[in-house]
Amino acid sequence: MSAAKHIGDQSGRNLYDVQEVRKDFPILHQEVNGHPLVYLDNGATSQKPRSVIDAVRHYYERDNANVHRGVHTLSERATNDYEGARDTAQRFINASDRKEVILVRGTTDGINLVAQSYGRPLLKPGDEIIISTMEHHSNIVPWQMLAAQTGAEVKVIPVNEEGELEMDAYMQMLGPKTRIVSVVHVSNAMGTLNPVKSIIDTAHDVGAVVMLDGAQAAPHLAIDVQALDCDFYSFSGHKVFGPTGIGVLYGKAELLEKMDPYQGGGDMIRSVSFDGTTYNDLPYKFEAGTPNIAGAIGLGAALDYVKNLGIDAIAAHEHDVLETATRCMSDIPGVRLIGTAKEKSSIISFVMDGVHPHDIGTVVDSEGVAIRTGHHCAMPLMKRYGLAATARASFALYNTREEAEALAAAVWKVKEMFDR
Amino acid sequence: MDLRALYEEVILDHNRNPRNYPKKPDGCNCTAHGHNPLCGDEVQVHVRLADGVIQDIGFEGQGCAISTASASLMTEALKGKTEAQASVLFDAIHNLLTKQESDDSAEAADRLGKLTVLSGVKEYPMRVKCATLAWHTLAAALEHSRNPVTTE
Repeated sequence: MSAAKHIGDQSGRNLYDVQEVRKDFPILHQEVNGHPLVYLDNGATSQKPRSVIDAVRHYYERDNANVHRGVHTLSERATNDYEGARDTAQRFINASDRKEVILVRGTTDGINLVAQSYGRPLLKPGDEIIISTMEHHSNIVPWQMLAAQTGAEVKVIPVNEEGELEMDAYMQMLGPKTRIVSVVHVSNAMGTLNPVKSIIDTAHDVGAVVMLDGAQAAPHLAIDVQALDCDFYSFSGHKVFGPTGIGVLYGKAELLEKMDPYQGGGDMIRSVSFDGTTYNDLPYKFEAGTPNIAGAIGLGAALDYVKNLGIDAIAAHEHDVLETATRCMSDIPGVRLIGTAKEKSSIISFVMDGVHPHDIGTVVDSEGVAIRTGHHCAMPLMKRYGLAATARASFALYNTREEAEALAAAVWKVKEMFDR
Repeated sequence: MDLRALYEEVILDHNRNPRNYPKKPDGCNCTAHGHNPLCGDEVQVHVRLADGVIQDIGFEGQGCAISTASASLMTEALKGKTEAQASVLFDAIHNLLTKQESDDSAEAADRLGKLTVLSGVKEYPMRVKCATLAWHTLAAALEHSRNPVTTE
């Protein structure tokens, strides 16, 4: 990454030349249905820069070996690169110790690990787990399963018309029975940026731990787990320009030390006998089996890419694109935005009078514009707004204002098609 | 791909003004609920079946233009038809939407009638399930009537 990408704007903000950045992403340079691809489904998965693709290829072409075993050169290289990715992830979220960084399959895996390893031995009938209406199914179902296993109860923070958490209701829910609060940092369906610092501090006041689902936060904003003082934080590699099947779970060392392993197997043990087995130290206690080595190396390259571009520059750039998109979309008669929180991050969810989101998706795809349509794995949130589905455009660091305008132009075509 | 071949005038018309919707015929004795969990589309198909003939039919639910139009066209096409005729039409629709080589014969066109407007959906594999949802739901409703020992 060259510093030449960075330019200043009149107000002195650190921005970058988005056209230069786009050159790093090979997939963006293609036509779809006769139009230049406008990829606005980054909330589902992000595209990968050349550096990530190269890192994965280099690993398989030069360094492929199993990690943490074997004294040969390739095993040493693979181990160094895998553990190097952990160090990169540690810096990315500002964890105080590398042993607090568990490499998992993704956010879903991280949440399930916490539910089962932290929650299951601890929770008693009558204990309470607090989540919210705007959670992804991956931050609902693991807690429902835990509740069924332990007799604990899941309580749900309501969401207002704008798509913000009703914090007064949350404060009312907190109490001596609250054990775990697990909420999303940035909503995948609406882009709402939640007041997580306040959620964490108030949960700590009643002795509960807080887990944050950071899947949609990691590509867009700086994460500092120490400043947040959250107990657990998880995000997925593939949404932050890395490979699929790899992600990070952060946990405070004092909590992770006390937790039982999530899965048993190789690598997570110190010694095994039929009289008894002792577990490995952190973080390996939670990494049973041969891990996703190539994925971790790719994730490390992805986090380096984001860091080099600058997360503040990314946030500023995306803010401009989101503003353009919001303005253009609001001009279209019959379009209603779902999620208009004051604090928002690079997602526009919308519905259209008389046109089902699926039909919107097909028509805009014919214009080369890729968006998500459906319930966004957030069916309770859809129900809250009386909808079966929405159309969602989600922006990333490589999207441009022109692409936001292309989205709006494509949605005008939808209107034309269905108004005829 | 020509979008207007997908969103034919007839499909837009049936989407805007679905026939036999929302409707549960008097004396309805076959009902099934269809759901596409991928997109959240839901449809309930209601039939009054007597002497092996679909005496009346209606549907309820929420879906995209393709699924709504397909359900609406289905109810129009099947009223007064026997179960056997419905089954033949189900197969014809299935072939129309999924077979690579289309049957362009006059006989096939005759069998499908107005339903040929759904042929454009074949070019959009992600949307085929939208078009078949109501038909599968109808098949389930008729199946229930043959096997009344269900939990529903």
